[in-house]
This record gives sequence, structure tokens and C-alpha cells, in this order.
Amino acid sequence: MKNHDKVEKNIGLMMILMVVAISFGALVEIVPQFFNKATTEPIEGLKPYTAMQLEGRDIYIREGCNVCHSQMVRPFRSETERYGHYSVAGESVYDYPFLWGSKRTGPDLARVGGRYSDEWHRAHLYNPRNVVPESNMPAFPWLFDNVLDHTVTPKKMEALRTLGVPYTDEDIAGAEEAVKGKTEVQALVAYLQNLGLLLKQKR
Amino acid sequence: MLTTFWSWWVILLTLTNLVLICWVLFANKKVAVSDDDDPENETTGHEYDGIQEYDNPLPKWWFQMFVITLVFGAIYFVMYPALGNWKGVLGWTSVGQWEAEMEKANAKYSETFGQYKDMKIEDIAADPKAMKIGTRLFANNCAVCHGADGGGNVGFPNLTDKDWLYGGTPAEIEMSITHGRNGAMPPWGDVIGEDGVVAVAEYVLKMSGQEHDASKLEKGMQVYNTTCVACHGPDGTGNKMLGAPNLTDSIWLYEGTGEGIRHSVRAGRANVMPAQADKLREDKIRMLTAYVYSLSQD
Repeated sequence: MKNHDKVEKNIGLMMILMVVAISFGALVEIVPQFFNKATTEPIEGLKPYTAMQLEGRDIYIREGCNVCHSQMVRPFRSETERYGHYSVAGESVYDYPFLWGSKRTGPDLARVGGRYSDEWHRAHLYNPRNVVPESNMPAFPWLFDNVLDHTVTPKKMEALRTLGVPYTDEDIAGAEEAVKGKTEVQALVAYLQNLGLLLKQKR
Repeated sequence: MLTTFWSWWVILLTLTNLVLICWVLFANKKVAVSDDDDPENETTGHEYDGIQEYDNPLPKWWFQMFVITLVFGAIYFVMYPALGNWKGVLGWTSVGQWEAEMEKANAKYSETFGQYKDMKIEDIAADPKAMKIGTRLFANNCAVCHGADGGGNVGFPNLTDKDWLYGGTPAEIEMSITHGRNGAMPPWGDVIGEDGVVAVAEYVLKMSGQEHDASKLEKGMQVYNTTCVACHGPDGTGNKMLGAPNLTDSIWLYEGTGEGIRHSVRAGRANVMPAQADKLREDKIRMLTAYVYSLSQD
């Protein structure tokens, strides 16, 4: 090309042109979704996480559950027969960040809520082999001893409110009380039992 | 659904991108090879330590592959919903594809399950083919709690014996699967005190024919008859309406040792069998009922 040496010898110009070239993908695939009602509006009945569920979600992230468990049922029969109704964008509008994931070492958890008893979840988190002998999931016994730090819960909720999660003043005022003295496993089970309850489909 | 503005935004950016790529490709297309006689095509002009670089055109196969991908892309834009709100000539959607898959499978499996629709649960339980289906359904949906062989675990009932918390007739099993069960034993520690807990545990040990401390039986019986009798019955054989377990046999959902019993009395127990009515289709629940029923038949 005639003027190619100008680009090659001018690093500033090259960077600008590279950003322009790369930004096409984001401008087309990401930016319009910010203005698409299907992705920005909650589905009917969706509520922000309660204080306990929110703390549970943070435990879920801290322990890296999302590294092995996705939270997105794709619209294939093989998936909906195992997990239930396929996921829709409106289910995740209060998730910051979303935990859809793309790698499954363990099963998808998008619709795990109500599928097992609380007691099963506790037994399973304490040592998965106790209930599923062939499981290769790590055990999380410390969740039963660690007590949640209730002082940060209202701050987390306020931060989420600035992002658009509709927490009321009462929600935030009652958060400390709801979390105080509870163990991490209680919060995590509360979070798991709430996942994906809104869309039902018989498998 | 995108608004008109964003739809056109996507369409224009995508097509502009396609045109730009075509321009880059064709505007810089070079035909002649450097060692031709044409002096203009000799080298790139780069010279390092006396080594010069030929200025050759792209290999023909590579160039043609690039053109094919561009043509493929253009056809894809027309056939599939790739441009804004354009639905594509084929009318493909991911949900539509899923619905077609489901319809095909439903036609196939309604035939498989249909043949058992009017059979009695007892007869389905005796049908080897049905039980093969039942095994798979059990492994996928029930084994995580009740064990692959239905043998249960501490806190999760054994389905292979003849001891049932909520009854073992086909109708009762179907009820348990469809609507779930909520077992709740209240914590008694604060009500009857630690003395009461210890005494009543000895009494329960006696009921189930285990070693016990006879000196505590009198007090234990007293406590039993005021607090436990309502659910577990005067003779300790339990109550299927409430899911109160039989305390006189050697089958225990939780540990049946002195310490285990004391813990249950002190702190109570809450157990849930999740309802499957919203999760599994009726024909599958029927098949599972028959399978679970068959587990305890010899």
C-alpha cells in the first residue's frame, strides 16, 4: 500500500486506527443492547436480592462457584430437559456482574432454586461426597463457621442502588438486622434457593 | 426488538464494515509478481544488509478464500436475522429452533409414555421396559438425594425398605413426588430442659430395643407422653399424615444412637422433599412413582 509506511512509523496514528477497527464489534453487538427493552427490563415478578441472598451471592463469587457452574440455560432441548426453561436476559437485570459463565465443570445452576432441600445443600456444601459419591466438587466446610459481616451489607445495597437496582430505604435499613449473626452457608443457601424460580417449564 | 434508530445503526455499521473490508482487499490487490520484467514490481524497497524483499501479490488461494468468506457473509445477512431487526429470509430464531426440537421429541416420547397411560402403577412397576425408563429418570432426578440405588442417606429416606414416612402405596408415593413433603419436628431443648432431653432419649432407645439407662425411663415416659405423643403416637409407631417416623424399629432417618436422638430432640428437625409438580411432566412422575414403588417390592 502506498501510504502504509506512514501508519507503521506513527504509533499514535496506528493506535487510533486500531481502536476504530476493533470498536466496530462493540458498537454493533454491545451498545444497542443498552437500549433494548428485552435486555434492560426485568421480567415480571423479578425482585432485587434480599440482604441474605445478596451476601450469599458474594460468597458464591468469592468461592469461585461461577468458575465451574454456569448460570445460563441455552435454548436447546438437551438443556431444557435437564435444567428447565431456557434463560432470558430479563432475569439478570439486577445482577452486577452477571454470572452466566461459559464453562461447566459442574451443572448449570440457573434454575437450581427449589430443586433440592436446604438440608441437602448444607450436606452437599459441607462435603459433596456425602451425598453425591462421584462428585469432584471441593468441600466448603468453613462456610459453616464463618459469620457474615453485617456492617457492609447496607453499603453494598446502596452501591447497587446507584446502578439501578430498586432497593427501598426500608430494604437498606433492615439489611444489617437480616444478616447479623448469620453464617455464610445460610446466606449461600438462601441465594441458591432463589435462583431461576420465575420461569417454569415442565421437563 | 431494537428501536428503529438502533436497528439502522446496526445495519449501517455492519454494511459499512463489509464495504471497508472489500475496499481494503481489492484496493490493494496486486497482480504482477516481483520478478516479472516490469520494473515497477521489483521489490518493496526494503533492504537489510544487502538483502532485498520481493513485493509479491497475495497467494491466489488465500485471496479467493477471503472473497468466499465475504460472499458467505453477504448471503448470511440476507438469510438470517443478522442486520438490526431484519428477520432473515429463512425466518430462523433460536426459540423457533428449540420449539421444533421439542415438538419432534414430544411426538416421539408421548408414544413411549403413552403406552403406560392407562396401566395401573402396580402393573407398570412389573414391566421391565418401563422400569428401564424409570431407572434413568430416577438417576437424573432423584438419585442426588436418595442415592443411585434408592438406599438413601442420613437425612434422606431409604426408598428400598418397607418403612415409609408418608406411606408406600402408589397413591401416597405419587403424592409425595408431585406435591413434595415438609417434615418438621420442633426443637424441644428449651421446653423440656436438658434433663428432659436426656430422659426422653433413653425412653426412645428402649422403644427401639436398644441399650438404655433404666433409671431414666420413668421421667422419659412422662416427657414422651406430654410432648412426643401427639405426633409419634402413644406406642411410638409414628403418624403417616405428619410424616412422624416410627420410633420402635431399627430404621433411622437421622442417627439412632443416644447422642443422635438427643440432638434431634434438642434442636428439632426440618426436612423437605421438593415438590415436582412444576418441574416434571405428569407422565414422568407416574413412571417414577412406579419405579419407586418397585424398589420396595420383592
